[in-house]
Amino acid sequence: MTQTEVRTPPLRETTGSAVGAPIDRVDGTAKTTGAARFAAEHPYPDLAHAALAHSSVARGRITAIDTAAAAAVPGVLTVITHLNAPAMKPPPKISPFNLVSLATGTSVNYLNTDEVHWNGQPVAVVVAETRDAALHAASLVEVAYQRLEAVVDFAAEEGNAEPQKSNALQSGGARKGDARAALAAAPVSVDLRFSTPQHNHNALEPHATTAAWDGDRLTVHEATQGIAWTRGQLALRFGVPERNIRVLSPYVGGGFGGKGMVWAGTVLAVLAARVAGRPVRLELTREGVYRTVGGRTPSTQRVALGARADGRLTALVHTSVARVGRVGGGGEQITSQSRHLYDAENILLQQNLVTLDLLPNTMMRAPGEAIGTFALESAVDELAYKLGLDPIELRMRNEPTVNPLDGKRFAHRMLREAYELGAERFGWPERTPAPGSMRDGRWLVGMGVASAYHPSWQLAANVTVRLSADGGVLVRCAFQEMGMGSATVVAQIAADALGVPVAAVRVEYGDSLLPGGPAAGGSAQTASIAASLLPAAEKLKRSVLALARRSPESPLRGTRASGVLARDGGLYPADGRGAGESYPAILARAGRDSVEARVGSDTRVGAMVSQARTVGKVLNDRRRWVKAACGAHFCEVRVDPDTGEVRVTRWVGAFDVGRVINAKTAASQLRGGIVMGIGMALSEETLVDPRTGRVMNPSLAEYHVPVHADIPPIEVHYLDEPDPTMPLGLIGVGEVGITGVAAAVANAVHHATGRRVRDLPITLDKLL
Amino acid sequence: MKTFSYVRATDVATAVGAIASEPNAKFIGGGTNLVDLMRERVESPDTVVDISALPLTEVEELPGGGVRVGALTRNSHLAAHPLIRARYPVLSQAILTGASAQLRNMATVGGNLLQRTRCPYFYDDTAACNKREPGAGCDAIGGFTRGHAVLGASEACIATHPSDMCVALAALDATVEVRSVRGTRRVPVDGFHLLPGATPHIETVMAADELVTAVELPASPLAANSRYRKVRDRASYAFALVSVAAALEVTGGAVAGVRLALGGVAAKPWRAREAERVLLGAPATEESFRRAAEAELAPAAAQPHNAFKIELARRTITATLRRLLTDGSAA
Repeated sequence: MTQTEVRTPPLRETTGSAVGAPIDRVDGTAKTTGAARFAAEHPYPDLAHAALAHSSVARGRITAIDTAAAAAVPGVLTVITHLNAPAMKPPPKISPFNLVSLATGTSVNYLNTDEVHWNGQPVAVVVAETRDAALHAASLVEVAYQRLEAVVDFAAEEGNAEPQKSNALQSGGARKGDARAALAAAPVSVDLRFSTPQHNHNALEPHATTAAWDGDRLTVHEATQGIAWTRGQLALRFGVPERNIRVLSPYVGGGFGGKGMVWAGTVLAVLAARVAGRPVRLELTREGVYRTVGGRTPSTQRVALGARADGRLTALVHTSVARVGRVGGGGEQITSQSRHLYDAENILLQQNLVTLDLLPNTMMRAPGEAIGTFALESAVDELAYKLGLDPIELRMRNEPTVNPLDGKRFAHRMLREAYELGAERFGWPERTPAPGSMRDGRWLVGMGVASAYHPSWQLAANVTVRLSADGGVLVRCAFQEMGMGSATVVAQIAADALGVPVAAVRVEYGDSLLPGGPAAGGSAQTASIAASLLPAAEKLKRSVLALARRSPESPLRGTRASGVLARDGGLYPADGRGAGESYPAILARAGRDSVEARVGSDTRVGAMVSQARTVGKVLNDRRRWVKAACGAHFCEVRVDPDTGEVRVTRWVGAFDVGRVINAKTAASQLRGGIVMGIGMALSEETLVDPRTGRVMNPSLAEYHVPVHADIPPIEVHYLDEPDPTMPLGLIGVGEVGITGVAAAVANAVHHATGRRVRDLPITLDKLL
Repeated sequence: MKTFSYVRATDVATAVGAIASEPNAKFIGGGTNLVDLMRERVESPDTVVDISALPLTEVEELPGGGVRVGALTRNSHLAAHPLIRARYPVLSQAILTGASAQLRNMATVGGNLLQRTRCPYFYDDTAACNKREPGAGCDAIGGFTRGHAVLGASEACIATHPSDMCVALAALDATVEVRSVRGTRRVPVDGFHLLPGATPHIETVMAADELVTAVELPASPLAANSRYRKVRDRASYAFALVSVAAALEVTGGAVAGVRLALGGVAAKPWRAREAERVLLGAPATEESFRRAAEAELAPAAAQPHNAFKIELARRTITATLRRLLTDGSAA
């Protein structure tokens, strides 16, 4: 056991059984019956439809734009270009001190400029009576450009990369000791180069916006991971107060980071609605998602490891080159896991960036770690083979007890236990280590492991909890539900905190009229909400107890809050002695319809205070602790010796994600991350033509996400040990699942074939 | 997509009459390829003649043991047909590796023959493409060429034919029956698709007003021992990097009969006649298979990203023949 001793207050007692239970999603029926309305499904009587026309050059100025043919298509209401679009304010400059600015997808003020900054930038919006008419008319917009020199070839620009600057949210680099010298002196070392391609978002639901103006008031049905940020951005762009804008996003068909920022389609739908004077729906085509919504940066990475003969690391070097757009995007924390995973004596980390005339990159499930773990965990496997050590054993010999870079304590670290559990469930001891030594008929069989790692975060959340006279509980918070099960786990947490069954809890979310919620990103949403929901429930209990104590007939008269337990739909003495009362009885006697408690304020000042409090707490926390989820992936592949085809045939993941709130939805999150990681490992690659900067495979037919036949049964196991520094002991599960997956596949492929593939995806041509 | 007029034909004569009178018309059967191409603005017919109601859905046994397949037979129906499964397993297998179950339920045999390439530069109307716009140039050359042709390509076009079914038909010496107002004619499938040369926009020998009415499979004892092997970038729902349709008959350890065709390597299903010539009479061994594969691929020429296809084709031919020898047609 390597878990660091920590001293924190004991976890809040819960008496219910909801937390941890694998209960069904509370919104499952609405989704499976089609009752759930997504952003593109909201009817308005006079709804018009918008479609985008995209640039065909990477950089230039529009010299002429002919919309006559488009305007002549029957049903077309208007064609909006930079020549006739109303002025919008430019997007806010990205700054860690203005959280809304973090949702700026690109700095382009769409249709307010003749400048083109990437191949695919929207240059016109057609509004029509039907979507078909709008799409057809958009294809008829003729644009002439003065082409300007564009830098679009990532591979060619790698040499021009510059070190990434550190900011409050992310470090560009770090060092401990002299890793270069230690590497040169190491008796055993590897020094390897890896590459990963650009990846694009392919959520089931393409981005969609339905926008309706009523004077200066705006209603937006939006597929988003950030309701508050969307509202803030639109308020800035259209010059209306935030209180005039309502953003509704109760159902989102997958986000994965792609719906975290405000992209062109959202802004232009709102603009089109204003111009047309009618509600407008803009549903991106699948191609439109590729052309206007960022993806994951491509990367090249160097990982060099130096070790003593016993495997103890003396040097760890991890550097990366990634790209941003000239009009936005940011560094992805590619070397993040390398700060925390191995107890190397000397460490050198540096992230570098090139700036290209392409659509900016954006968040995509574990931005940074998803590809950083591929390089690091592949290199560790290579070192293990060079040392003649089992790759798990090499990891265990370098498992740190404190954070390797600076000696900070781990809030929670059970990677050793995750490997023990995974190895047992997978049957790792049956593996024979020599590459090519295992066969199943004509198939080469390989088994590989890799570590998963993702930091845990928290954001601010305002929450109200209302108890009604009938004993029902209503939780209100403007969080986002993109299919993860958020509403379900919030109901579970509230149920246990107030001692009521889950069925008695209703959760309202996905609406900016509700108390301000956190954005759904960084695997932080559940912890962020829990951090406010638990004290709100506590306040509510105290208020209810106060009501009870006012009445001479109440058996709780004279009882202190600390002596009361919420259970069975009421309050009861914690020591089990004496009688308690049900919530309906307390409220009825007090003549109250309901009692409400709130954490956080939605006034401008209140929001700033709660934001500052949260950021302060998070930063303070991070000064004391290193907080993260981690895990161990075990992968089995079969490789066809004739054709090099790789099939993943078995998967076991063992995770340390603190306390699991819902064993069913958490498993889905982790499993989904593994599926996405298998896509990254074997098939996903955005083809950006280096001559034009144009994405050449913007479709599900040519951009190969895994299909069902590519995915084996995936076993997910949890350690289910609470992280004592997190609310309820939970750690977010949204992203850790994808980290390490590509390395586990690559390591298994090496075990099967003896071939190291260091360039993703591992397509069969690399194994011939 | 552009608005168009729609004509529904109920008999073959009306259908071919309708298309003859309209210069920019297209037949639509299952629509699984044409509708996509219309959405992507690659095809913009003024008139669409719906032939899905024509009585061309029969699969019938011919005197002598061959099979005649109506052009509107759905891919899924043909793949599952007992006559096809028993006599031409390679065809059933080839169809089942294509597309998805939903698409196969819609797609027709005639439409499958007339599928157009999946070259990304053909699909993107901002790119130059001689196939889409004769004389425009070819942006695929010098671009992403991983999926492109290594046999029979030209300086005008390096696209491949995407069909799996047609590769099996090429190996089986099938005949395509086409009809127009001028009458009916029959074309061997190997001569049905054209290599690009200087005119890559002309993809088959069919005139614009001709309708595929049937495909005939000749009787072939050899075909009962046949199989299809498709190699691609994921386990399902991807086009072939290389595919092989093969039939083999071995007598006394020597190859007594063989049919081989390749997919994913050329603008047409590639009948591997050179490999067949090398194999015929040779010992049925791994060495012979490899030698035949090498002979067939000798004239291959790669683009920057697809040299692997040449070796992959050699290996897949060898592996498929080996598998036929050991396992026959069994999956």
